[in-house]
Amino acid sequence: MEKKWEEMSPEEKQEAQFQMWLSPKDPQGNDLKFQSPQAEKAYKERVTRFKDAIQMKKKPDRVPVFNIYGFYPALYSGFTPQEVMYDYDKCVKAWNKYVLDFAPDGHIGAYVPGPGKLFEILDYKLYKWPGHGVSPQHSYQCNEGEYMMADEYDALIQDPSNFYNNIYTPRIYGALQAFTAPSFSNVLEMYGAGLNFIPFGIPPVQAAYKALFDAGAEALKWIGAMVAHNIAMATAGFPAFWDGPAKAPFDMIGDTLRGTKGIMTDMYRQPDKLLQAMEVLTPLVIKMGIGGVKMSGVPIVAVVMHKGADGFLSDEQYKKFYWPTFRKILMGYINEGIVPFLFAEGGYNSRLEVVRDLPKGKVIWWLDRTDMAKAKKILGDVACIGGNVPPDLLAVGTPQQVKDYVKKCIDIAAKGGGYILGNGTVMEDAKPENIHAMIDTAKEYGVYK
Amino acid sequence: MAGDLVRTLADLKEKEVLKIVKDRLSAGEEPLKILDDARKAMGVVGKRFADGQYFIPDLVYSGEILKVVTELVKPKLTKAAEAKRLGKVVFGTVAGDIHDIGKDIVVFMLDVNGFEVFDLGVDVPVQKFVEKIKESGAPIVGLSGFLTLAYDSMKETIEAMKAAGLRDKVKVMIGGGQITEEIRKYTGADAFGKDAMAGVTLAKKWIGAG
Repeated sequence: MEKKWEEMSPEEKQEAQFQMWLSPKDPQGNDLKFQSPQAEKAYKERVTRFKDAIQMKKKPDRVPVFNIYGFYPALYSGFTPQEVMYDYDKCVKAWNKYVLDFAPDGHIGAYVPGPGKLFEILDYKLYKWPGHGVSPQHSYQCNEGEYMMADEYDALIQDPSNFYNNIYTPRIYGALQAFTAPSFSNVLEMYGAGLNFIPFGIPPVQAAYKALFDAGAEALKWIGAMVAHNIAMATAGFPAFWDGPAKAPFDMIGDTLRGTKGIMTDMYRQPDKLLQAMEVLTPLVIKMGIGGVKMSGVPIVAVVMHKGADGFLSDEQYKKFYWPTFRKILMGYINEGIVPFLFAEGGYNSRLEVVRDLPKGKVIWWLDRTDMAKAKKILGDVACIGGNVPPDLLAVGTPQQVKDYVKKCIDIAAKGGGYILGNGTVMEDAKPENIHAMIDTAKEYGVYK
Repeated sequence: MAGDLVRTLADLKEKEVLKIVKDRLSAGEEPLKILDDARKAMGVVGKRFADGQYFIPDLVYSGEILKVVTELVKPKLTKAAEAKRLGKVVFGTVAGDIHDIGKDIVVFMLDVNGFEVFDLGVDVPVQKFVEKIKESGAPIVGLSGFLTLAYDSMKETIEAMKAAGLRDKVKVMIGGGQITEEIRKYTGADAFGKDAMAGVTLAKKWIGAG
């Protein structure tokens, strides 16, 4: 008799999530048909390798190797970033080729370029993208700004849905400036019912809805291509390694609501409002991550971390503003059996003692410029760690240098398991021979005896 | 009294700072003296940042307080402030990259350490660097970049200086999240700095003031 989900412990839930990952489905919900028995075997071996590294109950057969790439697959196939943002077939083609040629143990989907046409339809303000503010050859970049004003904390705290729907959305999408979200909480009868619908007759509001529908159609086209990539890779034996993004509340507010200057000033001028707003966002982020896992069948949520890195905040500031709500989010995932992949860009040396405080075998710390020996020493008995191969080495180094670096990483941090090898932060440009050197060295040198 | 402003501003006590400034202005004090104290306070902030006592939020907030102080003082200013400067530096985030946090910190630290900084902003075209170097005669250039694409932009910017016959007249420093000695060699810069203080040390060394 199977236990009900609500009755399962976090360990049992994690095990169930991994079983789901081990048995992928096609879009119709049937068991996925692999290309060959070898592909099926390779898929299961790869997932098991990650599972063993994450859970830390036993050593994997060898160090799993995984690789974070931005627009590199486009360049590798001779496309510009602009082309793959607008032509989803080219995107899928390039991303398929990348995974098949380099054969890492897992892939990160083809989501990175995003749907260019959708951004155009909506007149997306948060980012500059290839052909829209940055050159067709370059990746997109965030337009940092104050998209939420210093005096709008109460609006966010009191009614986050209303804030996002009716204040934030019109600000970040030019085409939705007149957008008014349906709100039928005025339960009116008969002639009163008519009153609820008045906004939707106004021409600018109707134009905003038209843009919304067009964007929806484009989003469907795009996600269809993304699913096609995931399925093609899975049938060939390559599991998707993560799905569904999440963020720390401090970064949500600091990156795209108040901006860096805004949030840092708020830490002094209105610390209580800031703390309260982060509490309000916490359950929303947990829900978002769980939803992503349910859709994808991959139990790993990628959490990109920015403003808690070394140097950004003092120890005291980190403990007061960053960690408490961040930890709540991580526990929210862990309790559902979901593994947060904690992408700590920059250095995280000064945070290691603080972030140790999580149950064992439940997260992956992906480290960029952090001292790996120190990370292994402080986190090594509770959490899987990985990363650290520098993108600049992949861009300008030689294969021999990469090989030496990878061996050094494995010598330092792979002992006893709980380790994944890969580049520490997003790779936009690289020499193909260096990527091969990184992945192949991990496969040869990383075998556990 | 003067010490109070320097200390309270360096300690980031905004309300007290504003009270002191208002009191001093209404007592008819020379506004330039107030600004001079504010500058001294920013020097202390810079030093605390370099010592690892202050972090980015503290730096940002000190700048925000300074903005309010300057707004209070400005209407009463009769002559422009003249501060003695160690030397000129042309600074900017290179073409294709719009990250400004790292650049702003180095510019802040150079400024509070006595340099006259020409901040060209972000996504600065190669030619704009060349023009500003010619126009200002600055002997030091700082190129900032956070993205890996900045490697090539830095290289192109330095090559353009060479083509304009400026390369042997300036020292070039580069910096940013993913900058290493390998990248310094690749771009042809004279040095790279791991943090803002490294930039200040380099600049002082280059003008012989270190």
